Amino acid sequence: MADTTFAYAPAPESRAVVSLRPAYGLFIDGTFTPPTERLITTVNPADEEPLAEVSVADEGDVDRAVAAARRAFEHVWSPMPPAERGKYLFRISRIIQERARELAVLESLDNGKPIKESRDVDIPLAAAHFFYYAGWADKLAHAGFGAAPRPLGVAAQVIPWNFPLLMLAWKIAPALATGNTVVLKPAETTPLTALLFAEICRQAELPPGVVNIVTGAADTGRALIAHPGTDKVAFTGSTEVGREIARTVAGTRKKLTLELGGKGANIVYHDAPLDQAVEGIVNGIFFNQGHVCCAGSRLLVQESIAEEVLHRLKERVSRLRLGDPLDKNTDIGAINSAEQLARIRALAQTGRDEGSQDWAPDCELPARGYWFAPTIFTGVSQAHRIAREEIFGPVLSVLTFRTPDEAVEKANNTPYGLSAGVWTEKGSRMLWTAGRLRAGVVWSNTFNKFDPTSPFGGYRESGYGREGGRHGLEAYLDV
Amino acid sequence: MPDTAPAPGLPRSTDNASLRAFLHGLPGVDEVGARARAAALATRSLKTTAKAHAIDLAIRMVDLTTLEGADTPGKVRALSAKARRPDPDDRAVPQVAAVCVYPDLVPVAVDALRGSPVAVASVATAFPAGRAPLEAKLADTRQAVADGADEIDMVIDRGAFLAGDYRKVHEEIAAVREACARPGGEPAHLKVILETGELATYDNVRRASWLAMLAGADFIKTSTGKVSPAATLPVTLVMLEAVRDFRAATGRQVGVKPAGGIRTTKDALRHLVLVNETTGPDWLDPSWFRLGASSLLNDLLMQRTRLATGTYPGPDHYTLD
Repeated sequence: MADTTFAYAPAPESRAVVSLRPAYGLFIDGTFTPPTERLITTVNPADEEPLAEVSVADEGDVDRAVAAARRAFEHVWSPMPPAERGKYLFRISRIIQERARELAVLESLDNGKPIKESRDVDIPLAAAHFFYYAGWADKLAHAGFGAAPRPLGVAAQVIPWNFPLLMLAWKIAPALATGNTVVLKPAETTPLTALLFAEICRQAELPPGVVNIVTGAADTGRALIAHPGTDKVAFTGSTEVGREIARTVAGTRKKLTLELGGKGANIVYHDAPLDQAVEGIVNGIFFNQGHVCCAGSRLLVQESIAEEVLHRLKERVSRLRLGDPLDKNTDIGAINSAEQLARIRALAQTGRDEGSQDWAPDCELPARGYWFAPTIFTGVSQAHRIAREEIFGPVLSVLTFRTPDEAVEKANNTPYGLSAGVWTEKGSRMLWTAGRLRAGVVWSNTFNKFDPTSPFGGYRESGYGREGGRHGLEAYLDV
Repeated sequence: MPDTAPAPGLPRSTDNASLRAFLHGLPGVDEVGARARAAALATRSLKTTAKAHAIDLAIRMVDLTTLEGADTPGKVRALSAKARRPDPDDRAVPQVAAVCVYPDLVPVAVDALRGSPVAVASVATAFPAGRAPLEAKLADTRQAVADGADEIDMVIDRGAFLAGDYRKVHEEIAAVREACARPGGEPAHLKVILETGELATYDNVRRASWLAMLAGADFIKTSTGKVSPAATLPVTLVMLEAVRDFRAATGRQVGVKPAGGIRTTKDALRHLVLVNETTGPDWLDPSWFRLGASSLLNDLLMQRTRLATGTYPGPDHYTLD
């Protein structure tokens, strides 16, 4: 007799650890300004409840932030002995660890991602990034960029909503370690952990102006990117916006790094470790609701095992638990915004219209909030929009291949080039394939693994420049 | 199973070449990935009603075990009494699945458990090393069955397995299975101990699991408890995948028993989560999943009381065996 009542009771992480202000000002020159007149409301995507109001920085605010960053760069941060800069970064890392639970809960509230991911991935990796670059601060002479590589100056940084604090760490840690100061704009739907990070900077007694955080929407971002007083622009987000930024920055002295979209291929050969490959496929596309630029959104599976892999994959996806992001047992959280949900729905509809078959497990979506069930499209061809365009949601397109050559050809047949995964137990096949894939990151028998020591970035329409590792220093040095 | 026609995709014959071709044709196990999956499932959080239900289920799955050279009839009687009534103060506590002893103490356990649903399990086949002539192993098994053991926990010949002599391992399991027959009664259930701590790789764990199932095992069991590491979460995961796939291929359901090293309620619940999310609830029953343990039961009882009353009674409130 089988046990039919083994169900997980609700196990919500407490919200009490987070205290939100009703409205937030901008963080400029070490202090919070009073909230601006125009405000935007950031909501919890899981239930559409407003969380807080945040300021909208206009050109004047951006100008003040850039001026503060310039003063801090010239008078405090770049003259400071590198070992002292390192101490501040170590201090920030430790405070992130100490306040990890608070940051994780706030991230899940504002973004909709499951608490197990913010708790086990986003926040620990953010702290690790600061630790890693703190170590570089006084060792730049050994980084391979000359005996005394110089910082650039003031960095303008614009980050996306999918990994709010982690993307902040990717941007701010290397910039500060190399002696730059920053003005950072978080995404309009997920500004709250960046504002909590501003408090952490104060707690760490970071000198005023070294880190400035301006909130707002696209106009604020444009003002920051176009501001003549910065020396460096770093952007992570969509390819569309990336193009606009490249046009704006072209012809200026500013150094630019772009980390844009992707349509990553996850190649599963017939001799793959199947159970782990299925885990990797799930992790590749359903991690963070598929809001991942390097997601493995195209599954390329060898035709001899396609049926078996799909069967196992559907079994596995049926066990995913969708719901309250704060529940410790939730695997799939909420879509970040109504706008993104509409985009996912529209692209999924084109998949059906163009003749692909969609499948989703029998799972109940909460009545309020923004939700999309994990979805698998089969019968997808290279010409379909769902095989070409970045959906940025929990939607997997499945294609098959017969020979390794065909796998590589299909994997590379995209304007993007950010990530790919290869699954095989045969080492020579792994190396052969990895060497032919045009992607900045190739994962071998795993997917979506990140580490501060490993450079990350794409080429072609996925952007340029590297973040992470020794390579990540280059973007912030005058070399 | 030897007496039925093999399902498509299973080895046609039990000679070494066929078994080797089949076992080495199974999909590999990526070690890093298997560990990561087990670690991810270990973060599942069981609270309130789910926890209470899981603790009772875990108690019902315990094979309460004593396997020491110093075991005495008195100790086996005490263990049997505990198996029948794990908490003398609380009649609502369910009974455990079985008591597991050495073969010479089977008559004592049978006597002590007469009239109760608690089964008597006996290790056999020159446990734990398995280093004895086949005839001795079979005699060991027959005696335990004749003395009334309901379940036989045999060990495989790891030396033969690692040397690639799959036919020898297969034949031995099949022979022990025959020795489990009871004239005029139900045959004893056969649990096959793989001793995964000596198998070195997860690929070997998967192959040994299939080999044991092909030879007729009713249960596959991780360890003797005499070798470290014993039951680990990734090993149990790989074995659960094997029984899941074996049922899909043959229609026959085989049970899994992690044993050794499961000491706390948290360990036990993590194993149950693994079952729930790997094979699904069909295996969440003492007929299909067991926990081989000795000290685990007291911790389960303590956590059960803690959940019901809000306070820890302290270890002295539970009998030591």
